[in-house]
Amino acid sequence: MTRVLSAPLEVSFDYTRSLGPVLSGFMTGLRDRTVLGSRTTDGRVVVPPLEYDPTTHEALSELVPVSSVGTVQTWTWVSEPVRDQPLDRPFAFALVLLDGADTPILHALDAPYDELRTGMRVQVRWVDEPQGHITDIACFEPASLVEPDVSASERRVETTEPVTGIITPVNLDYLYEASPEESAFFRGLAEGRLLGQRCPKCQKVYVPPRGACPVDGVPTTDEVELPDRGIVTTFCIVNVPFLGQKIEIPYVSAYILLEGADIGFLHLIQGVAADEVRMGMRVEAVWKPRDQWGTTVENIEYFRPTGEPDADYETFKDHL
Amino acid sequence: MRDVAVVGFAQRTMPQFDGSPTMVELLVPLFADLWEQTGWTKSDIGFWCSGSSDYLAGRSFSFVSAVDAIGTIPPVNESHVEMDAAWALYEAWVKIQTGEVDTALVYGFGKSSAGVLRRVLALQLDPYLLTPLWPDAVSLAALQARAGIDRGLWDEKALAEVVASYSGAEVADLLAEPMFADPLRKHDCARVTDGAGALILAAGDRARDVRERPAWITGFEHRVDTQSLGLRDLTVSPSTRGAAAPLDLGGLEIAELHAPFSHQELILRTELGIGAEVAVNPSGGVLQSNPMFSAGAIRIGEAAARIWDGTASKTLAHATSGPALQQNLLCLMEAK
Repeated sequence: MTRVLSAPLEVSFDYTRSLGPVLSGFMTGLRDRTVLGSRTTDGRVVVPPLEYDPTTHEALSELVPVSSVGTVQTWTWVSEPVRDQPLDRPFAFALVLLDGADTPILHALDAPYDELRTGMRVQVRWVDEPQGHITDIACFEPASLVEPDVSASERRVETTEPVTGIITPVNLDYLYEASPEESAFFRGLAEGRLLGQRCPKCQKVYVPPRGACPVDGVPTTDEVELPDRGIVTTFCIVNVPFLGQKIEIPYVSAYILLEGADIGFLHLIQGVAADEVRMGMRVEAVWKPRDQWGTTVENIEYFRPTGEPDADYETFKDHL
Repeated sequence: MRDVAVVGFAQRTMPQFDGSPTMVELLVPLFADLWEQTGWTKSDIGFWCSGSSDYLAGRSFSFVSAVDAIGTIPPVNESHVEMDAAWALYEAWVKIQTGEVDTALVYGFGKSSAGVLRRVLALQLDPYLLTPLWPDAVSLAALQARAGIDRGLWDEKALAEVVASYSGAEVADLLAEPMFADPLRKHDCARVTDGAGALILAAGDRARDVRERPAWITGFEHRVDTQSLGLRDLTVSPSTRGAAAPLDLGGLEIAELHAPFSHQELILRTELGIGAEVAVNPSGGVLQSNPMFSAGAIRIGEAAARIWDGTASKTLAHATSGPALQQNLLCLMEAK
């Protein structure tokens, strides 16, 4: 048995960003198959454009078109591409100085490894349907392949509305490992047991167990098995739908202080109308059928009221 | 200015840490080590500051969970930076300079092995123009390495010599290895490392109480270069040069440089004007061990420890953050 439990974890979300006037102009240009740069106060053309002058810090507003053909200033070969890069087979990243620009732009370059060199001439390869995003440039390619796209203005798409925002999906892949204490807790759950740990210094019992007692900063060493019943200390009624929600709203999410524990245990309260849940209510776990158990807190479907009289506030006021 | 010294240092690094992203299990023994070094307890610490990033291992609010390792009841005076803990140390140093506190404990931690580190680091780039392309950290460093080769500032052999100076490998053998991100080979890139580091700062008599030879901070500077890669001359490091300008580096004996790629050590040596009389990276440097969010702070700890043990009387530590040496910090320490 390994020391800790692990599982793949994928974190995915979209960054939805509004654009200021400069980047809006740049992205709109890309949608229309034109690369734009900004002119700085010293007369240089910077691509991609800057919102503020790097020397005087003045706001920059003048956008000027540059060529979609340029020269490689430096490059590297991505021998092992990672997820979501512009190409899913080995390719180059390069800083390319477009004709008419004074600073280079970073992008992928699709060219054979043995033909790559600093100084090589390359051109933009546009995607079929530009949207107003940096990925409208699919990549650069050697300039000799096809005629460069010089007549961009004649090929503008119908819309003239400026691009005012971008959406960038982010997908991150991890191998998530639980701490040794959490692993013991999850392994206990797979056997229908609730395992906490006691701080050797202050004697407080934590469930799920933590790597250290948050009061004393020392490892919690002694294992303590806890009953699957306790009291609701505090709770909230969830009325807001959100992505990935598994339970019908409204539902009650509560801190349950298991008997003998010193910290609330987060779980669901069901088997009672949401508006009848109250602080001090005594509850017990409702487990899924044993053949569905795993190393997960979902083995407990929810907690339900036991019907016993509520606990006195004085008995749990220190655990809120 | 108040006299402030580094008086405690502990670290733990490994290729792969089998534990939670909050790394509480790793931090507790590090803090215990610091209490042993100083004879202090947590109540002696006036300010706590940490460096970490949730993106590294995909655990939200990991820095909040990590404070369990401190024991925060009653509450402590605490802060966090999403940077290497060297910058957390800078914040702590400023806090002590304000006179509000006399002591600080600074720590950094990171579990880089949980994801694909070079890819995760694309999230620190311009979110409009760069992150959508996922330019990985190794590729960006490789663009910098080639720019220097093209300009004649170094060659592949010079990079291999940097690597060989730490690993003891033969330069010819290193050059026979395949390219990973041409012109960089895998050995030119710091190994993915998990780990944590922790340091204690103290002012005046509090420092003298703990160490016979405290490592007094006589200069602490950091600078950043533009986030626009195209605007940078990647073969030089103006931010390093700018940070060094106010420092008196005369008589420097040891420099601990945070250069996660072999060619970056050459850039740093040039910008800092480091000559043959200065021992560079007696700790072994970061090519073998580069725990994200603590490697820079660990350089400061290593340089401080050489003052404590009498090996040197003037040492410099450098930390970097961001793509291709974008941000650089220098901490100069001296015996008195």
